[in-house]
Amino acid sequence: MARRSRWRVSILPALRRGPWYEYVRHRWLRSNRWLVPPVIRAAIVGLAFLADWRLGVFFLVWFAPWAVNAALSDRRTIGAGVVVPMIFGVTLLGLWELVVQLYEISPIILPAPSAIWARITGATDILWADFRQTVLKGALAGYVIGCGAAFLTALAVDRSGFLQRGLVPVGNFMAALPIVGTAPILVMWFGFGWPSKAAVVVAMVFFPMLVNCIQGLKVTDQTQRDLMHTYAARYDQILLKLRLPAAMPFVFNGLKVCTTLALIGAIVAEFFGSPTVGMGFRIKIEMGRLSMDMVWAEIAVAALGGSGFYGLVAFIERRMTFWHPSQRQG
Amino acid sequence: MSDLAAFSRSPAEGDARPLASVLRRVASVTLPVFTVVAVIVLIWYLAAAGMNRAWTLDQAGRRGLELTVGEVIADTLNQDRPVLPTPHQVFTELWNTTLGEPVMRERRGELQGNPRNLVFHAYHTLAPTLMGFLIGTFLGVLLAVGIVHNRAMSMSVMPWAIASQTIPILAIAPIIVVVVSNLPALNAAVDNGMISEEMILSIPKALISSYLSFFPVVVGMVAGLRSPNATDLDLMRTYAASRYQTFWKLRLPASIPFLFTSLKVSIAAALVGTIVAELPTGARFGLGARLLTGSYYGQTIQIWSALFMSAICAATLVVMLGVIEKLVLKRMGQP
Repeated sequence: MARRSRWRVSILPALRRGPWYEYVRHRWLRSNRWLVPPVIRAAIVGLAFLADWRLGVFFLVWFAPWAVNAALSDRRTIGAGVVVPMIFGVTLLGLWELVVQLYEISPIILPAPSAIWARITGATDILWADFRQTVLKGALAGYVIGCGAAFLTALAVDRSGFLQRGLVPVGNFMAALPIVGTAPILVMWFGFGWPSKAAVVVAMVFFPMLVNCIQGLKVTDQTQRDLMHTYAARYDQILLKLRLPAAMPFVFNGLKVCTTLALIGAIVAEFFGSPTVGMGFRIKIEMGRLSMDMVWAEIAVAALGGSGFYGLVAFIERRMTFWHPSQRQG
Repeated sequence: MSDLAAFSRSPAEGDARPLASVLRRVASVTLPVFTVVAVIVLIWYLAAAGMNRAWTLDQAGRRGLELTVGEVIADTLNQDRPVLPTPHQVFTELWNTTLGEPVMRERRGELQGNPRNLVFHAYHTLAPTLMGFLIGTFLGVLLAVGIVHNRAMSMSVMPWAIASQTIPILAIAPIIVVVVSNLPALNAAVDNGMISEEMILSIPKALISSYLSFFPVVVGMVAGLRSPNATDLDLMRTYAASRYQTFWKLRLPASIPFLFTSLKVSIAAALVGTIVAELPTGARFGLGARLLTGSYYGQTIQIWSALFMSAICAATLVVMLGVIEKLVLKRMGQP
């Protein structure tokens, strides 16, 4: 009480004379509490309009879809899980376009989404050639080889607890290292073509995948293994019918992490030398020519490719490990 | 007194031979690791001998010399520009460029950082890394708090946060450099002398490393802030605790272990982000710049020593966070 500000001490008692104050306050707050955030938002929009009309438009465009999203997610509408993020993404794109148009930002600094879209549709053949070179040849080949090698290594050291105890800390350490740095070395060794990119990807994905596989192969508990022993199951039968299925959530976790790493590795490697095609190469060249819309077009393709790759692995995971608690719906 | 002594005695001392059991336990942890490392080093030497052999034989052939197997092997392990430098060459280079060189040098009457010293380059990488790590952690925690408290935010932001990580950072690095160097506010600040030219160069690096480091923090903190179970939350309700009080007294303390786990991931990611950011932006100083110049001039030993320096930096940062984690959790009364 003693710490109240002078304002509250002097003004509020004056207002509080009589029971009407409490009555109105409670009545209003109980029935109209939901009005408080819209009032604050309206105040922000109004102030922004007073300061600069462009800022006002910006906040108006920001708050309108946000209110829709809030309503959709509060009522737990069916399909909100897809609609709400879509609205959010479209709003962000709209704001980007709006800011670029209203403030007349130079296309060299930040091109508008419409300009980027025009570039994507205009240069489809170049983008497709780059995508094929970087993602389908470099990243995918490296991803398959690296993850496959890590999986086989995990199986190979499976029977030796000694090697596992040694490999897991070393693998964890290696997974935290900036392995991207090996890109210049590997480009020197394997040349400018896609094999060097695949090699960088192999180096990047191997250790995260290995650690996940080794951990996955250890998750079965003693009762389950005892049960298999009572069936007189051989090592390979236990592996195939108990331990590998049990390891699948871990394996897929590794596979999902590696999708992003693979794409980054392939693009980074192209900065150290590449043939005259590829996403990293194109970004480097177009940056020098200051045609930022092309750079953004490549980024859009990379983001779409990366999300698609991740989504594909997540989809396969959902189909294969439907039994796992983490995949349950609701 | 004897009761107290019995109470504080650790289980290991209960053994017949306490020292032996402790040694055995330490050995069971370190021995496998050392074995694996030793095998890696051995493979490395064999690979170096194999990969550098062509050059040695070529040089000998040009001079018309006949070399014995021993001489060939000795030469492959000590070339100036080997295809694969050997571990001892890399460590000699590391030693010479850290302790064998002065960190500062006199130039044009001023004492400046010495670009021949790897510590100098490590500093130019670590400063933006830490800055980006702080920005990323702050944003990540903020975002996680918003996601946990606002359903609309959780539904709209989370999918995009995941999607943002599928964008290869290297691609956005040049754009961030262009945008940052064209910001009128920043240029005005440089003209006024409020921030130095060097800061301008490190801001894009910090932004890129924060872009990589915010994501693990968001994921970890969302899980951490949601980790109090229903009974704990119900207890807070019976106390008529406000959301604010529930946050500070229940959710935040419960999330600290999650926070540290994700901080360790995110600081490693921040370092990768800075090094990658140095590649396309034409940075002159920093470990990434060192990698790039090494690759331009074929200085393989320089590349490998820069690589090891970055590994040492990453390991140091992660270990430091681990120590802070132990101290904090101990003060919070958790084992």
